Amino acid sequence: MLSRVVETLYWMARYVERAENVARLVNVNNLLLMDLPKGVSTGWEPIIDIIGYREEYLKTHKDFNERSALRFLLVSGNNPSSTLNSLWMARENARTVRDVIPRAVWEGINSLYLYVKENQNEGLTKRGRFKYLEHIIESAHLIFGALDATINHDHGYRFLQFGSLLERADMTTRILDVRSASLIESEVSRPFDNIQWISVLRSLSAYQMYRQQMGVRVKREDVLEFMLHSEVFPRAVLFCLQQMQNLISPIVNSKQVIPAIEEAGKMLTQANVRKLKNGELHKFIDEIQIDLAKIHTQVAELYFLK
Amino acid sequence: MSIDWKKYKNSPFYDELIQPSGEARRHSQQLAGFLASLNDEELSTARAAAELAIKEMGITFTVYGEGSTIDRAWPIDIVPRVIAKKEWDFVEAGLKQRVEALNLFINDLYHDQKIIKDGIFPAELLAKSVNFRPQCVGVSPPKGIWAHICGSDLVRDDKGTIYVLEDNLRVPSGVSYMIENRSVMKRVFPELFENNDILPVHDYPSQLFDMLAAMSPRPDDAPEVVVLTPGIYNSAYFEHCYLAQEMGCELVEGRDLVVNDDDCVYMKTIYGLKRVDVIYRRIDDLFLDPEAFNPESTLGVAGLIRAWKKGNVALVNAPGAGVADDKVVYSYVPEIIKYYLDEEIKLPNVPTYKCMDKADRQYVIEHIDELVVKPANESGGYGLLIGPKSTKKEQQECIKRIKADPRNYIAQPTLSLSTVPTLVDSHVEGRHVDLRPFILSAGDNTQVTTGGLTRVALVKGSLVVNSSQGGGSKDTWIVDGEDE
Repeated sequence: MLSRVVETLYWMARYVERAENVARLVNVNNLLLMDLPKGVSTGWEPIIDIIGYREEYLKTHKDFNERSALRFLLVSGNNPSSTLNSLWMARENARTVRDVIPRAVWEGINSLYLYVKENQNEGLTKRGRFKYLEHIIESAHLIFGALDATINHDHGYRFLQFGSLLERADMTTRILDVRSASLIESEVSRPFDNIQWISVLRSLSAYQMYRQQMGVRVKREDVLEFMLHSEVFPRAVLFCLQQMQNLISPIVNSKQVIPAIEEAGKMLTQANVRKLKNGELHKFIDEIQIDLAKIHTQVAELYFLK
Repeated sequence: MSIDWKKYKNSPFYDELIQPSGEARRHSQQLAGFLASLNDEELSTARAAAELAIKEMGITFTVYGEGSTIDRAWPIDIVPRVIAKKEWDFVEAGLKQRVEALNLFINDLYHDQKIIKDGIFPAELLAKSVNFRPQCVGVSPPKGIWAHICGSDLVRDDKGTIYVLEDNLRVPSGVSYMIENRSVMKRVFPELFENNDILPVHDYPSQLFDMLAAMSPRPDDAPEVVVLTPGIYNSAYFEHCYLAQEMGCELVEGRDLVVNDDDCVYMKTIYGLKRVDVIYRRIDDLFLDPEAFNPESTLGVAGLIRAWKKGNVALVNAPGAGVADDKVVYSYVPEIIKYYLDEEIKLPNVPTYKCMDKADRQYVIEHIDELVVKPANESGGYGLLIGPKSTKKEQQECIKRIKADPRNYIAQPTLSLSTVPTLVDSHVEGRHVDLRPFILSAGDNTQVTTGGLTRVALVKGSLVVNSSQGGGSKDTWIVDGEDE
């Protein structure tokens, strides 16, 4: 397996995962805004913060109105993580490894990119938005499903899954960070706490599983516990870390990456995340993100083309 | 309203499907009948289905200088071109003869140069050849094969004779489109394939792999075969991927390879270095190895030529094979065949004027408005002058270029290329076509694709079929059955 090829597979998966996550984020926020009274609404600003491009956004925009924010999140060329940009990157990466990925997967990524590009006006309207975003999320699932069912489960595939898990863990921490900060700010919002935490779970496709695992009430501390510490929910950070370790273990020289993953896991499990206050939570999540970045650097150093 | 072949006008050209009377030729009767049975809506649905298939399958090509659009959908016309098997057998034999002789010629040029010593091929032509590589003199590639893969362009004139227009011996492209066109047509007109004996084209990648594997310097092991691409910005990147995928071998870029102190080539994998035996390279000679050729090249691999000369790796096509891919050398092919094989040429050349020859040059300058002038070493239709379609100013500029460097130009009469009915809106009109079959040479075994890539000039009256300049393509059928 060529070093360049595993690097490309890794990024291809990360970008598809990112496109899906942003689409889900927009979708859930969109539904949440309909439930909240005007004064309480947090609008689109937190979503721009989650993806980490506040500065980029403010270069070309004065406020966070729905249309501008949506355009920025979904199709803007100025936002490196817009769904369209992510899919473009996924497609360019897929193109350079077209010889190793199954044809159906290439066609899936290619058609999804074309869909997102050609139907962008649809995605910006209130009415067409839901269908547009659902299509993106479903197609991403199809792509990963087709990969699982049709590609050789060799080392290349391990790197691909690894990339997707790392991206997922990263996005989960971002959502928790920004959402918890913006939620607690106002006393007025109290009655709406519950539905806002539900929406956090929904943006992580975690609502149903949370209920099964944590019981009926949706509470801040339980959501944090579930999203950070669950070993069974596939978008929980700990789950992702454990999977990443399993994936990398059989690969040559992985002894040099595993300590970084273990360290991140230890830091995560030792903390009592239920008790973390807002400021502490932010700091804690920062640490997790630094650990995730370290894991990426280790993998790149060890396996990617130099 | 549907297609009415009686109203189809093809004269004065030879049409591949329809006779001047409006009757279909025998080998295309079923096709013509089927097409005529479709109404407007069915035709446009079929066309839309083909376009959609191409877009979704991501069949693309690249046009240089288009800014950020680095790939474009491949244009295909849904009316196929049909050739009777009996005629194709003759063409196939002619192509094999040609490539066999060309390989002997190249090998001779890099060794004893007997053909020059015997006064058949002029020494000054070789001296001025831009594709002759002095670095390759004395090298003996496996089985004496230099041009393992050849793409020859064929055209048919108004009398129905098939000529060879040129031979591409460097890195000919197009074969993946030949195969993909067939896949698209099967999606669009499945019923046609049930009722016709259309010979399949899908075995090319396995034939290619067998040929490549046979060139391995370590014949006992399972050879490591790779396809070397310049990367996604190359116009034929789609094809590089496609062939690597179909053959199940690695697609590599120059930066994936390294030549070690033992003069062997290795690829960089996550497990460390892995030895490479055969490289199907899709990079031009001069960019292959900064040590041996262009020192500025970042596409190639330093030391590659060293490894090749030692026999530690096979390069396909061999560096220097392009010496015979030259429109001036082309004009000597009949003599080359006679010299090495002692046979008469089977598939004729288009009559060719060599501008280096004084009498020929004078003729070309006087008749420039009737001729097609071609530079010896440009591909893709760049730098071409089509006399009857050019302005006086263009002609004068061309004459200037010829006088400055006569060795670099040849001229040929403007051929009345044959036509094939092509869908224009919801009716058909004749459009000019050529045909590029591919010939694989493994030494003991030479194979020709079943048909080839039919390129069509989509603009009315145009003779330029290159996809980079507004050309399209058609599926090409070789059908078994009686000839006319």
